Amino acid sequence: MTFTSVELTQAHLDRIGRIDPALNAFLLVDAEGALATAANVDGARAAGEELPRLAGVPVAVKDIACTKGMTTTAGSRMLEHFVPPYDATIVTRLREARMPILGKTNMDEFAMGSSTEHSAFGPTRNPWDLDRIPGGSGGGSSAAVAAYLAPLAIGSDTGGSIRQPAAVTGSVGVKPTYGGVSRYGVIALASSLDQIGPCARTVADAALLHEVIGGHDPMDSTSIDAPVPPVVAAATGTRDLTGMKVGVVREIGGEGYQDGVLRRFEEALELLRGLGAEIVEVSCPHFVYAMAAYYLIQPSEASSNLARYDAMRYGARTTPEGSPSAEQVMAASRDEAFGDEVKRRIILGTYALSSGYYDAYYGQAQKVRTLIARDFAAAFEQVDVLVSPTTPTTAFRIGDKLDDPMAMYLNDIATIPANLAGVPGMSIPSGVAEEDGLPVGVQILAPAMEDQRLYAVGAALEERLREVQGGYVIEKAPQIEEVRA
Amino acid sequence: MSNLSRDDVAHVAMLARIQLEDHELDRLAGQLDQIVGWVGQVNEVAADDVPPMSHPLPLVNVVRPDEVRPSLSQEQALANAPEAEDGRFAVPRILDEE
Repeated sequence: MTFTSVELTQAHLDRIGRIDPALNAFLLVDAEGALATAANVDGARAAGEELPRLAGVPVAVKDIACTKGMTTTAGSRMLEHFVPPYDATIVTRLREARMPILGKTNMDEFAMGSSTEHSAFGPTRNPWDLDRIPGGSGGGSSAAVAAYLAPLAIGSDTGGSIRQPAAVTGSVGVKPTYGGVSRYGVIALASSLDQIGPCARTVADAALLHEVIGGHDPMDSTSIDAPVPPVVAAATGTRDLTGMKVGVVREIGGEGYQDGVLRRFEEALELLRGLGAEIVEVSCPHFVYAMAAYYLIQPSEASSNLARYDAMRYGARTTPEGSPSAEQVMAASRDEAFGDEVKRRIILGTYALSSGYYDAYYGQAQKVRTLIARDFAAAFEQVDVLVSPTTPTTAFRIGDKLDDPMAMYLNDIATIPANLAGVPGMSIPSGVAEEDGLPVGVQILAPAMEDQRLYAVGAALEERLREVQGGYVIEKAPQIEEVRA
Repeated sequence: MSNLSRDDVAHVAMLARIQLEDHELDRLAGQLDQIVGWVGQVNEVAADDVPPMSHPLPLVNVVRPDEVRPSLSQEQALANAPEAEDGRFAVPRILDEE
């Protein structure tokens, strides 16, 4: 069956119009722009023009990436009316790939959160169960992909914001190697951790988008000047994992992990063995300190990055009564326009960096980071990839953890070590948990710039799971129309 | 023992230029005290002989050629300003009154 890009794009726009009122995955839909790109591609194709591989395939973009002339909020009241005067490099690459941009997806404010409940524009709902969270911070992108509102989406992952949403929505999410995808024009959360990556329904789809957005960008000084790892070849290559050593990290799993999550993980290990892989237990003794280190380093960098929102040059300004000073206007504006989680982290980070506490908090956290990177290095001397559950539990209910920041933070316990060390990670769906019928994710981690290993293992496991379970996990998701009834 | 008092939180919030209201202080102070107590466990393992790591990549002084390139116009740069005047950002007074 063939169809035009206009038909494909219009079909997604129609579905967004029908389903998104229930999900709130999109903060902005650009039907006009998307259809114009699609028509342009259709014309070029009819004229026999040579086109990029994904030309005409629509894509959704997390609202953390600047889009020229299209409001970019980062899920915050602070940027509610911010219209960027330029495109992020990844957006430029999507345009060069001639992919219609459907719109901007919802997210926790400034990407701080694991549920998308911290968006200033209301939570996004999980297509599997509208009373549950779609993960975060990139819950808009994961919900959009899982609900077939978009075939592909862009996410950003600072501590798990691509992988955790993928896990709880039955979709695929990849955090590439740190520096593997440009961040120019992406609103910064924690600059030594942030990474942009693809969200998709299959491993091969993710690889195709990864290839479009990856590669060196002179506009990002942390961008790695090397070719994109051969992710598409890996995702579509051999399914035989003979000779591959797969490590299981002893310190991820066990207590605090839901039974169904652990069962799906054990099954995935069996399937990997069946594909020829050798399963090896490895120890990463410092991973247990990763959360603590992360919740010092990330808020510290965030407090610095978010200092730019001073209500002077752009962003929402609140002017107190009387004749306030600039400083008073800043303090009032930041109180008014930032949500609770952003305030918590800015204050925590400011404290951790303040005189007298720097050594005990930020300084010590940086040392723990070294220990975690060393754990990874030692593990990757023994094995080719590491695997673990992506999250301790399936999607929790909206509202359940909103007043308990510590409980919310623990969702990222398995994903955070990769960000601290800068290594790539992927989450693919491994089935549903018996106890609640909700999707479970398995995480694959590889050494830096060996992203193709994620795709080779992920694609092989995905195909085997599909054979064993009689279809893709995402196909078990209820129809939204049914859920609404 | 409290790691972070309500007054500490108010002080740090002002350093970060956030004018917290009383009810916010009540809520955030307890949560932050708990979080600070918990993150303090980094002190259990980080020994003196472990070097700090600030970044995953071994990058030093990344520079690009110093070339004149197109940039934003004044109009574009001011388009998102809360207030602008005569082609400039308009800001509240920065000095004390008197």
